[in-house]
Amino acid sequence: MSKGLKTFPVGGVHSCDNKLSASKQIESVALPTIVSIPLSQHIGAPAMPIVKPLDKVKVGQLIAKASGFVSANIHSSVSGTVKKIDDVPDSCGYKRPAVIIDVEGDIWEENIDRTDSLLKEIIFDQKSIIEKIQAAGIVGLGGATFPTHVKLSVPKGKTCEYLLINGVECEPYLTSDHRLMLEKTEEIFVGIIIVMKALGVPKAIIGIENNKKDAIDKMSAISNNYKGISVQALKVQYPQGGEKQLAKALINREIPAPPGLPIDVGCVIQNVGTIYAIYEAVQKNKPLIERVVTITGKSIKKPSNFLARIGTPISILIQATGGLPEDTGKIISGGPMMGKAINTTDIPVSKGTSGILVLPEELSNRKNANNCILCAKCVSVCPLGLEPYLLSKLSLKSLFDKAENEQVVNCIECGCCSYNCPAKIPLLDFIRLAKTTVMKNIRNRVK
Amino acid sequence: MQSTLKYAILSLSTIGTVSAIILYFIAQKFKVIEDPRIDDVEQVLPLANCGGCGYPGCRNFAEACVNKHDLACLYCPVGGPATMQKIAKILGLEAGEQIPMIAVVRCSGSPENRPKTTIYDSVKNCLIASSVYSGDTGCEYGCLGLGDCVASCLFDAIHINEKTSLPEVDQDKCTACNACVKACPKKIIELRKKGPKDRRVFVSCINKEKGAIARKSCKVACIACMKCQKECPFDAITVENFLAYIDFEKCKLCRKCVAVCPTSAILETNFPPKKDSELNKEPIVTQENNTNV
Repeated sequence: MSKGLKTFPVGGVHSCDNKLSASKQIESVALPTIVSIPLSQHIGAPAMPIVKPLDKVKVGQLIAKASGFVSANIHSSVSGTVKKIDDVPDSCGYKRPAVIIDVEGDIWEENIDRTDSLLKEIIFDQKSIIEKIQAAGIVGLGGATFPTHVKLSVPKGKTCEYLLINGVECEPYLTSDHRLMLEKTEEIFVGIIIVMKALGVPKAIIGIENNKKDAIDKMSAISNNYKGISVQALKVQYPQGGEKQLAKALINREIPAPPGLPIDVGCVIQNVGTIYAIYEAVQKNKPLIERVVTITGKSIKKPSNFLARIGTPISILIQATGGLPEDTGKIISGGPMMGKAINTTDIPVSKGTSGILVLPEELSNRKNANNCILCAKCVSVCPLGLEPYLLSKLSLKSLFDKAENEQVVNCIECGCCSYNCPAKIPLLDFIRLAKTTVMKNIRNRVK
Repeated sequence: MQSTLKYAILSLSTIGTVSAIILYFIAQKFKVIEDPRIDDVEQVLPLANCGGCGYPGCRNFAEACVNKHDLACLYCPVGGPATMQKIAKILGLEAGEQIPMIAVVRCSGSPENRPKTTIYDSVKNCLIASSVYSGDTGCEYGCLGLGDCVASCLFDAIHINEKTSLPEVDQDKCTACNACVKACPKKIIELRKKGPKDRRVFVSCINKEKGAIARKSCKVACIACMKCQKECPFDAITVENFLAYIDFEKCKLCRKCVAVCPTSAILETNFPPKKDSELNKEPIVTQENNTNV
């Protein structure tokens, strides 16, 4: 059955899905007593805070302004008093500025529509849609957190032919996008129409991997009511959620190497989570103050999908699933392939937190690395056609110029190479070092 | 058979002679006239090609010495003053006065002082580890102990102490070439004045957190209590961003700050054991003594 399905042609792996929380409805969690909302939840310049300690804020009130075009507004996710603006550890453990708010009640800004009613009619024009999205501080919720209004502002001389919707959710364990597609189906379609209008594109394709059959069925059924939107089932293959892989799988076009963008081949790609946030921002005046977070793991008592306010400590979400299991060895923010291990559960949910994965001790430790046997398994799974073994060796020897010639900047850090390496060499760790160094060199050269 | 041999010898020697003549003229045409003193200077250099002088290699340093006509800004940290004197003699110039320096590790966060909070099990490389996260302890400024400095040292002068898992500098081998300073992603290592009889006083911490937070993650962190700044009779200590720093140009090694530091974040090296009576004495070592070592 799955043989005839579309996918990207080069590389990729298929690991166990482990979608433990796929059948769990999105629940809301009790409000925390204190939230810390980071000022840098997106790619680009951190936002500038516009509140002072002791200021009273409402849910949805702007608390930090974007400090440039590639930056995003940040709104209060709770009502209460601003306690302080201080540095708090982010998911890497480094201190970053955040607004810390003591929660008092749950008072929303008056202009936000909190009803569940579906608003199909779009009364805004292209320009005001993008303005609304920018004002709502929406960023790509798939994990890259790139400000959405930048993506939707098509540069002059380029045309957009397709809007591609990423409902792939190729990371094992994570189910937040899957649940959104099932529970907010109509809203997502309206959101797609809004984005199509903003971009002026006639066609939108939703790509969903074949392990989410219920979502494919539901989305396909509804897509008949909307002109220009189609649903495409895709073969299960990681990292299909990557922009390059999705564009190749859906419309058979190749996005050029960085600084190439999807718009260079006439498409814009948006995640379903982002689309839902756009719907809420444009139709309901609701800024991005909450998102769906999957809390999962084989040892977790009740894997769940939560609608969590931005700034909620992760510990509260884990508590709501039945507490942190005793044998926990590692907690990962994100999925198992691209996620990052975190060293404390005190870090807040941010716009880019798609899930929290709790791994028991036995699955946590890396195996000891052996020597490379040049089996080329990493080469065969690299979706970009790079040579990971070579890149990692160049990085180890600090030969960054050679790594640049080997196109290290193309790496999307999907981790297929490390996953597939029989010698358990942490290839991606080395490649990431080379990539950041080369990017820095390139930037310095431009200056 | 005989004639074949004859022709072979004849033709080969003709080709050889003609080529030699051509090569001679080409060599004359493209001759590079180089100051012979460059070779002489290079001979007295340590030839470690470490780059500590700021030039890519010893040959480049020798060229710079010969071409600059002034040795004031040139210094080979490996060879030290002795080498600079030799170079000065060859070139007939004055060698610049240079104070011997040494690399100093400004972290005392051994596992006892700074308990581990997480386990890191990826590549043993500080640069990679620091790009992944803040470190396996509560202190995001502290040493990761994975040995990038050790790998960068060309003189085998820095090693990780197994007990403290912190790097230690071998003061006899360190040439202050700056390689470890550049290699450390946390900027923990600093070049400081070697000091008379290798005696130094420095703040062994670079934690810029507020006192309470710094202390929570590490027992020997600088908590910016300002005691040392008040105690210092020479204005050598400044406290900025919740961190004390001792200016080695102003410090006269009186060690009053060491005595008052509540967290023992200020370290002294190679001093004889202190007697109580010495505490209130005037500084023994003066600035003049400093430069003569």
